[in-house]
Amino acid sequence: MAEQTLRAWLLTDTPSSRRHAKLSALYQGWLSFRSNTMAMVGLGILIALMLIAAAAPLLSPHDPFVQDLGNRLAPLGTEGHILGTDSLGRDILSRLIYGARITLYIVALVALIAPVVGLLVGTVSGYVGGWVDIVLMRITDIFLAFPRLVLALAFVAALGAGIENAVIAISLTAWPPYARIARAETLTIRSSDYISAIQLQGAGGFRIITKHIWPLCISSLIVRVTLDMAGIILAAAGLGFLGLGAQPPSPEWGAMISEGRRFILDHWWVATMPGLAIFTVSLAFNLLGDGLRDVLDPKAGE
Amino acid sequence: MMQTLLDVENLWVKFPTRQGVFDAVRGVSFTLGKERLGIVGESGSGKSMTGRAILRLIRPPGIVEADHVKLDGVDLLRKSEKDMRAVRGQRISMVMQDPKFSLNPVMTIGAQIIEAYRLHNSASKTDAHTKAVEMLEAVSIRNPERVMRAYPHEMSGGMGQRIMIAMMLIPNPEILIADEPTSALDVSVQRQVLDIMDKLVKERGMGLIFISHDLNLVADFCDRVLIMYAGRIVEVCDADKLHEAKHPYTQGLLNSLPRLDAPRDRLEVLKRDPEWSKAQSVSGRV
Amino acid sequence: MALSEENRKGRDRASLPPWVKTTALTMGSIAVTMLGLLFVTFIIGRVMPIDPVLAIVGERASQSTYDAVYLELGLDKPLVVQFAYYIWDVLHLDFGTSLLNARPVSEDIARVFPATLELATLGIIIGVVIGVPLGVIAAVRKGSWTDQVARVVALVGYSMPIFWLGLMGLLIFYGILGWVGGPGRVGIFYVDVVPSVTGLILVDAALDGNWDVFKNAFSHIILPASLLGYFSLAYISRMTRSFMLEQLSAEYITTARVKGMSEWDVVWKHAFKNIRVQLVTVIALSYAGLLEGSVLTEIIFSWPGIGSYITTALLSADMNAVLGGTVVVGLIFILLNIFSDLLYKVFDPRAK
Repeated sequence: MAEQTLRAWLLTDTPSSRRHAKLSALYQGWLSFRSNTMAMVGLGILIALMLIAAAAPLLSPHDPFVQDLGNRLAPLGTEGHILGTDSLGRDILSRLIYGARITLYIVALVALIAPVVGLLVGTVSGYVGGWVDIVLMRITDIFLAFPRLVLALAFVAALGAGIENAVIAISLTAWPPYARIARAETLTIRSSDYISAIQLQGAGGFRIITKHIWPLCISSLIVRVTLDMAGIILAAAGLGFLGLGAQPPSPEWGAMISEGRRFILDHWWVATMPGLAIFTVSLAFNLLGDGLRDVLDPKAGE
Repeated sequence: MMQTLLDVENLWVKFPTRQGVFDAVRGVSFTLGKERLGIVGESGSGKSMTGRAILRLIRPPGIVEADHVKLDGVDLLRKSEKDMRAVRGQRISMVMQDPKFSLNPVMTIGAQIIEAYRLHNSASKTDAHTKAVEMLEAVSIRNPERVMRAYPHEMSGGMGQRIMIAMMLIPNPEILIADEPTSALDVSVQRQVLDIMDKLVKERGMGLIFISHDLNLVADFCDRVLIMYAGRIVEVCDADKLHEAKHPYTQGLLNSLPRLDAPRDRLEVLKRDPEWSKAQSVSGRV
Repeated sequence: MALSEENRKGRDRASLPPWVKTTALTMGSIAVTMLGLLFVTFIIGRVMPIDPVLAIVGERASQSTYDAVYLELGLDKPLVVQFAYYIWDVLHLDFGTSLLNARPVSEDIARVFPATLELATLGIIIGVVIGVPLGVIAAVRKGSWTDQVARVVALVGYSMPIFWLGLMGLLIFYGILGWVGGPGRVGIFYVDVVPSVTGLILVDAALDGNWDVFKNAFSHIILPASLLGYFSLAYISRMTRSFMLEQLSAEYITTARVKGMSEWDVVWKHAFKNIRVQLVTVIALSYAGLLEGSVLTEIIFSWPGIGSYITTALLSADMNAVLGGTVVVGLIFILLNIFSDLLYKVFDPRAK
């Protein structure tokens, strides 16, 4: 009964307050999102990934760093090592579980840095206009014109290999599209009447940007970030694979593939398993992104 | 008795949706002779769908059903898609609302007209070119050779629609369906385009189905009028007797138009009776 | 009076046709973008490393070597001057010498580049030949099983780590089935058999008429090229589909059907004609993407191209080689971008 009324309250056509309207819109978005099976699968995978990462010590059967040279390259289904062991006898399943933490760490950091930088550049460029706009957009164009992976490689080469530097390098190559989106949104918002109204009330540029423009850019940015996540994971794994990301013995998935590469013909599972993990997670992000786009930004889909 | 060109009996257009089947056109029957038949209705009344269904241009998942749609006694619905292509353009043609969208933006006007001609006539390119220039002259295009080389975006709306008429009439069809042909045009050129169309239709002894939302225009321009509401024909009358129409919907439409000869402070708002959409379709057969 | 006014306007227009302005603007934007590219690589190479000299000579170099390099790099001069020197050098295609083999980096790049070009070109051909028709069919039969398959193909392509898929390909088609040649451009017995004219082994072998070499080279290139082809296919087919959907719902398509045109002609002569320019842009971009994307593929397949070159240089801290490679790939990237922009302006009648 109570649930029924809550549902009715959420689905009302006549919201009683701003918060009510916001919650109602959120709930209706959720309803339409929920009807998209593939997006729900994606969300499910990602939630599972987060739970696995959080409970890694409880879930993993072995210590991911403990070597057992007597039991190296054990095949799938070996007693105690369902996914086999790698060249140093470490349990692959345990390493995959701990690797989820690294993947989430990289994704979370890039997702925090790149869109924020892009949002800053884009909104300032769009709001201030004039030569600031020209200069900032020219810089954005230059970064957009760069081959991303090669640029990231060059950055890592200069900064030194390591997981934080990989994050910085990926972020440096990932922000320009967000700046473009944020600028386009800002330009449409800037010329709207309610912004003039706030200006007349005496609001300054900083307040207008942070309180009125940013919130409106968020939804298109979220969609874009989610769709980019897969690319970020692949880029991070690529850097790891080249030995420029997380360093051994860290159980980063890309680096694990790189290790397994040497034995690919005789001990295929060593490289195959982490690849499947990367594939599953980036597929999940793509599915989720597609679903979110349909809900938040229906015009962009077909 | 006028010769019957087209005979439509019990035409339905259906669209399956998630909420069940939506009937856009519901049991419409009418005949067309060498006359100007107007179909009037508000948007969503099924008038455009009727026009497109005759040409079998409703794309899946839409479904067209009818007892028959006979052109010179042959049922179009029983024709194969290939035979139907010989009907389209050559025997029944159609002019659409906005020439800005109905002409291919990346092909020259000449190429599009020549293509329309050569689809149904095995003529050499030079012959087709001559023919196209003649046709452009027939729709009062000045400097047709230059227009042949031009792209659609370089044309004004009125010119575009005349080009469209030329293109659709060049294979010499028996029936022309004009779907809101002047709605997208400036008022100043509407009359000119209509006159050109009227002249050509008369000269060639064609039947014309004129689809419009504009009651006055239809009353003025056509011989006979079908009034559609919610997928059905609610009333059929001669165009010059339109103002004596009996159906409350037609009367409502007429009363909601401002009139210079009978000015009023407040125009009536059309009141809809749900009964109208339940009633049987009136036959437009002669 | 009015006439002479009209005349003068006409002459003004004749003396400065619009394409001059367009060209000037384009050249300007190319120059600025390239300057930006060089600036970024300059920062990476000379400013970001704590000691750029150490990055080049290594920690065990003697003081005299250190000083020599210090002066050679012009580090005693202000940064602006250093940057000017850097631009001057790049304009003369001088990227310095490689630390590994002491040869000029530009020579190395000229040597390895054809391998990448060959691989990426075959890749884009595969991507276009399959991707474009797949996208068109998916759009024409929207919602059909073909459309679903196309969607899954693209989704998997977007989500798959390319280097891993390459490994799996090697494992299955080379290791287990033995259908294709393994890593490298040709088998060990075919190296340097045909004279290098273009640097593209397939072309060189064909020119020489040596079909054994051709077959062997083909069996080596087909797997990595298919891999790159698959990734460009995912993108190209999706873009083709959405472009086509937009066109197929346009009113001029109905016009074409009213004319009595066959569905095949409606799709290819009318709708497809309208997406050609957009499509070429997409293809140019994915070609640029492949030149870059070949970095990881080249590692997997031991392909001696620019990707392998940059990565090897990177792992041995050969900064000149890394930056030289980056600049070259960047320049090609920018040029392809601009090329696709220009194409738009030239081929779309509405853009004039």
